[in-house]
Amino acid sequence: MLSNYLKITLAVMRRRKFFTFISLFGICMTLTILIVLTAFYEHMFGGKYPEVYRNRSLFSSMIEEIDTTTDATRRGPMSVYFIKQYISTLKTPEKVGFSSTPNTVNTYGNGKKLKLYFKYTDPVFWEILAFDFLEGQAITQQNFDRNEAVVVINDQTRDDYFGKDVSAVGKTIEINGQNLRVIGVVRGSPITRLMVSADVYMPYLLQKGDPTSTSFNGPFQAIVVAKSEQEVAAMQAEFDDVVRRIPLQQYGDFKPQVLKTSLLPYFESISMGGLLGAEEGKAQQRFFTIAILFALFFMSLPAINLVNINVSRILERSSEIGIRKSFGASAQTLVYQFVLENILITLIGGALALLISAGILWWFNNSHFIDYADLTINWTVVIITIVLSLVFGLMSGVLPAWRMSKLPIVEALRA
Amino acid sequence: MLSLQNIEKIYRTDTIETLALQNINLEVAKGEFLSIMGPSGCGKSTLLNIMGLLDAPTGGAVSFENEALTGFSDKKLSQFRNQKIGFIFQSYHLINDLPVLDNVELPLLYRNVSGSERRRLAQEALEKVGLSNRMKHYPSQLSGGQKQRVAIARAIVGRPHLILADEPTGNLDSAMGNEIMEILEQLNRDDQTTIVMVTHDENMAKRTHRLVRLFDGSLVSSNSFYNA
Repeated sequence: MLSNYLKITLAVMRRRKFFTFISLFGICMTLTILIVLTAFYEHMFGGKYPEVYRNRSLFSSMIEEIDTTTDATRRGPMSVYFIKQYISTLKTPEKVGFSSTPNTVNTYGNGKKLKLYFKYTDPVFWEILAFDFLEGQAITQQNFDRNEAVVVINDQTRDDYFGKDVSAVGKTIEINGQNLRVIGVVRGSPITRLMVSADVYMPYLLQKGDPTSTSFNGPFQAIVVAKSEQEVAAMQAEFDDVVRRIPLQQYGDFKPQVLKTSLLPYFESISMGGLLGAEEGKAQQRFFTIAILFALFFMSLPAINLVNINVSRILERSSEIGIRKSFGASAQTLVYQFVLENILITLIGGALALLISAGILWWFNNSHFIDYADLTINWTVVIITIVLSLVFGLMSGVLPAWRMSKLPIVEALRA
Repeated sequence: MLSLQNIEKIYRTDTIETLALQNINLEVAKGEFLSIMGPSGCGKSTLLNIMGLLDAPTGGAVSFENEALTGFSDKKLSQFRNQKIGFIFQSYHLINDLPVLDNVELPLLYRNVSGSERRRLAQEALEKVGLSNRMKHYPSQLSGGQKQRVAIARAIVGRPHLILADEPTGNLDSAMGNEIMEILEQLNRDDQTTIVMVTHDENMAKRTHRLVRLFDGSLVSSNSFYNA
């Protein structure tokens, strides 16, 4: 029976090429766009290389001090002092690491000018992140204790500065007028991973400035890892409690009465102060709500289109319905047949969308628009969107099929 | 085998009521080859549709093999048609998107018959009507006579007790019509299949066992040519 239905589906698809094209185009385009957008979302915000502890990590990237009397606000990343004083001392986290926001520096290597992104890090940063070391090792506490001028670079920097696949460990690279010894080379990560990506990583002690400064503001952001996923909330609560008790600093005329900072999930931490309400810690939920509404709206367009096509497609097949009913098909069997046809079309559209999406992602990953781009298909999203398409397919197929299956046989045959 | 008692069929619209059949009493015996004749619009096809459970009468009762067919659900009626009745239509009513073999298999799709058994029975039916060499052709690739033979193969593949043929030779030239009639005669003679055929052709009707004539929705005569 299935092969008969499959044959008729394919025959109808071949016979009505334009309708078939519109049907498949609608399903295919919708799914492709959703799959590609999700891949970009995951690439930007998902826990990907080298972040292996994303599910139990929180981030603190911003500190905000407000003088309510003058409405003046000071907002920015935090200092090493603040992190060490108020975050590293928390009891619930397993690890607290930090790195600076990325800076750019120009240097010359291998006969060309290179623009490099660099980050200052502490040694725990390297324990939290699972970088692939192509050679050498991470910056350790020992390097800090000895105040060594060392760096870890990524493979792209190695290739550009020292030559392709030339070993770099033990050699020096000049950054900001300092000669730094390369102690490790890691596989790079895309620049979109703001908390971790850089071309060059240096110990924060190499940072210029007053090491004894007790200012809260600096260029750093903290990554805090809980012992387990269950302890994330406790970690957040502990920090909130600490923040309430932090003595406020005064900076000349600026005398803040309020200090705001918190440990947030990645998405909220980078959207803080944005339109999505990061302060309440609901940014991701709001984003997902908007995204889901958008996806549903987006998917409803091909669904309505499909209903239209189905109605006319089924209407023109009333003679077939009459024949099938004459020879024993019940209304229920006919609905089953037409629904199955819709499911087949949806699945063909879904398969095409997967192929096209895979092609687009492959092309993007290899296009070097973003170095180290590793866009991948999220199978959960694929399954959800195909299931949703099937639901739309069912909805769009059942109604006309049911109406037509109820058509009196004699009338159906006459059509 | 088939009994119609006081059958009445009225078509109603908002403004008009048309009496298509009235007071039809007819018994069709097992193994009989019955023809129905009458002028256009006299209700022949309506009567055939009621016999085949394709249409419901407004009044009266239909019974088949001593079973009254009233109050049946859509599913039960479908099963009944599938198991007991085969149809042959004047305009063939083949599914153009399916090859001949799949068209013939159609009634078996709605039974619990395996794919291989369906193939075998459909091939057998096509051999019976002399079309075993056209199994993979599509209806559009066949002549009118060939299409009607496919339709006959489809009607007999499920070994129904009753075949209802609505002007099976109506769209064919006399030679083709004769061929089709021979197949029907053979089915009736060899397999004892009961056949009711609507026709406009007196000569075809004379080749059946009995002819009933309809006029303005009523049975007006019954001529027996042969005692079945």
